[in-house]
Amino acid sequence: MIAWSQHLITLPILIPLITGAGLLFIPDRQRLSKAMVSLAATITLALVSLLLIELSRESNFDGVYPLGNWGAPFGIVLVLDRLSALMVALTGILALPVIIFSLARWHSAGAHFHSLYQFLLMGLNGAFLTGDLFNLFVFFEVMLTASYGLLLHGSGPLRVKAGMHYIAVNLAAALLFLVGVSLVYGTTGTLTMADLAERIPTLEPDRRMLMEAGAAVLGVAFLIKAGMWPLCFWLPSAYSVAVAPVAAIFTLMSKVGVYILLRLTMLLFSEGPSAGFGSEVLLYGGLATLAFGTIGVVASQALARIGAYSVLVSSGTLLAVIGLNNTAATSGALLYLLSSTLTLGAFFMLVELVERGQDAGASILAVTMEFYGEADDDVPDEIQGATMPATLAMLGICFAACAVLLSGLPPLSGFVAKFVMLSALIGTGSIGVHPSGPALLLVALVILGGLATLIALSRAGIRTFWSSIEGTVPPVLVMEIVPIMLILALTAALTIRAGPALDFMDAAVHAIANPSIYSEAVERAAPQPPWRDKTLQGSGE
Amino acid sequence: MELVLSIAIGVMTACGIWLILRPRTYQVIIGLSLLSYAVNLFIFGVGGVKSNEPPLLGDGVSVSRLADPVPQALVLTAIVIGFATTALFLVVLLASRGLTGSDHVDGRSDHR
Repeated sequence: MIAWSQHLITLPILIPLITGAGLLFIPDRQRLSKAMVSLAATITLALVSLLLIELSRESNFDGVYPLGNWGAPFGIVLVLDRLSALMVALTGILALPVIIFSLARWHSAGAHFHSLYQFLLMGLNGAFLTGDLFNLFVFFEVMLTASYGLLLHGSGPLRVKAGMHYIAVNLAAALLFLVGVSLVYGTTGTLTMADLAERIPTLEPDRRMLMEAGAAVLGVAFLIKAGMWPLCFWLPSAYSVAVAPVAAIFTLMSKVGVYILLRLTMLLFSEGPSAGFGSEVLLYGGLATLAFGTIGVVASQALARIGAYSVLVSSGTLLAVIGLNNTAATSGALLYLLSSTLTLGAFFMLVELVERGQDAGASILAVTMEFYGEADDDVPDEIQGATMPATLAMLGICFAACAVLLSGLPPLSGFVAKFVMLSALIGTGSIGVHPSGPALLLVALVILGGLATLIALSRAGIRTFWSSIEGTVPPVLVMEIVPIMLILALTAALTIRAGPALDFMDAAVHAIANPSIYSEAVERAAPQPPWRDKTLQGSGE
Repeated sequence: MELVLSIAIGVMTACGIWLILRPRTYQVIIGLSLLSYAVNLFIFGVGGVKSNEPPLLGDGVSVSRLADPVPQALVLTAIVIGFATTALFLVVLLASRGLTGSDHVDGRSDHR
C-alpha cells in the first residue's frame, strides 16, 4: 500500500485543476465567491507545497508516484525530489501574494482570470513534478495556453500585439519540442526520464548522433522559454505589457525552462560518451544573455521594462552556471533562483503601484476599460477599502529593498545567493587551483550586471520618488502593498536562514548530480496491486 | 513509402517556415498549421513506417512486425493541442485586426 503522504504528490496538480475547472461554472458576476474559492485553493496549494518540502527532506528520495498504478517504463510517473519540491514550493509561495494582489483590482479586468490562473499553476506544478518527457510537453502546453489567456487579460492594443508575438513564438517552440521528443523517442525507445538516463550512456554511436540532435532541438524549445539570447526578443515586450499580477507569475515561467534544462543536463548528460553535451551552448548563451540583459536594464526607461530585462539577467546567470557544471556553484544558483524569482515577482507588482500615479499607467488602464466595455462599472475607479498610510514612504522602502535584492547588495538574500555562487566560481580555499576563464568571465559579468541594475534602479527611483513633477501620491490599498511586503519579508527570512536553505540546495544538487539515485528510485516504485499487499508485507518489503 | 513521407514533411516544413516569416498574420497562421502537420507526420514517422500492421499484441502477431503504438498516441495528443492553440491564435489575430485595423503582425499598416 502506498503511504498516504505519497498521494500528496498529486495535489499540486489536482488542486488547481479541480479549482480552475470548477470556477468556470460560477458566473463572472459572482466575483466575490470566485475570488474566495480561488484564494482558498491557492492557500491550500501553498500549504501543500510546504508539506512537500518537508516530505522531500525526510524521506531519502522516495517521492515517486506511479499514476494509475502503472510502473515506470510503461506508465507515467510523478517524481518529487528536493529540486522539484523546491520549485513547487516556490510556485505555491509566489502564487499566494500574487493572487491577493490581483483581488484588489486586476482580477476584474477581464473574463475568467481565476480559472486561467489556476490552470497556469497546474501547468507549472505538473512540469516540475513529471518524470516523463511527453507529459512534460502536455503540462508545458497547459501552462502556455493559460499564459496566452493571462497575457491578454485586460486587453488593449499593446497586449494584443505582444500577445500575438508571444503566441507565435511559443507555438513554434512547441513544434520544436515535439520534434525533439519524437527524435529522442525514435532513437532510445523510451520517454521516461529515469529510463532515458540509463539508456543514453549505452546507446550505439549511429543512434547517438540522432539522439543528440533531438536533445539539441528539445533544448532550443526550453531555451526559448528561458529567454536565452538570440531567442529572447519576445520576452521584454510580453512581460512589460502584461498586467502586474500576471507579469509577477510569469517570472516563474521563465524559470521552468531553466529548471528543465538543469534537470535534463544533469540527468541525461552527466555520464557516458555524451557527458557534457550542450553545456558550452548553455555557458556561452548564458553569458550572452547576461550581457544583453545588463545592457537592456541600463537602456530601459520604463520600470516594467527594467523588470523584464532583469528576468533576462537572472535567466542568463542561471544558464551560464548550469553550463559550467560546478555543483557548488549550482547550489548557489538555486538559492539565487529562489531569491531572484521572488524579488522580480514583487518588483512587477510594485511597478504597477508606483506608476499608478503617473500618466502612462493610468492611460493603459483607461484603454483597458474602454475596450472591455461592460466592465466599466465593475472596475472600481475609486478606492474601495482601506488605503495605505504613508504611501510614498512604504512604496519607497519596498522599491529600495527590491533594488538591493536585484543588484545583489548586502544585507538581503540577493547578496547571499550571489556571494555563494561567486565564491564557488572563483574557488576560495583551494590554493593553487586557478578558476577557469569562462568562470571568471561569468563572475565579471554578474558583478557588472549588479552594478548596472543598481544604476538603472537608482535613476528610476530618483525620478519617481524624489523628483516627481506632479507630486501626486497614488492611492494604494493595504491589500496591494501587503503581498509585496510579504514577499520581501520572505527574502529577509531567506537571508537569516540562508545556512539551512543552502544545505537543502546542496542536498538537492547532490541528488540530481547522480542520475542513478533518480533512476533507481523510479524503478523501485513498481505498481503495487492491493492483492499483493500481504505477500509484500510478508517478505518484509 | 519512406521517401514520399520524408519529401512531404520536408516540403511542408519549408513552406511553413517561409510562411511564418511573412508579415501578414494570416500567412503566419497558415505557416504554423503547415508546420504542425509536418511535425505530426514526423512524430508518426519515428515509430517506423509500416502499413497494415496491428499496434496491439494479439494471437498470431509477432513482436517484430508490431506497429509502435506510442508515436500514434503522441501524435493524437499533439493534434488535439495543436487544434486548441491554433484556434486561440485565430482569436488573437481577429482581436488584433479589430484593434489596429491592420493584419500586419506588428499592427501597423504599410499602405496608409
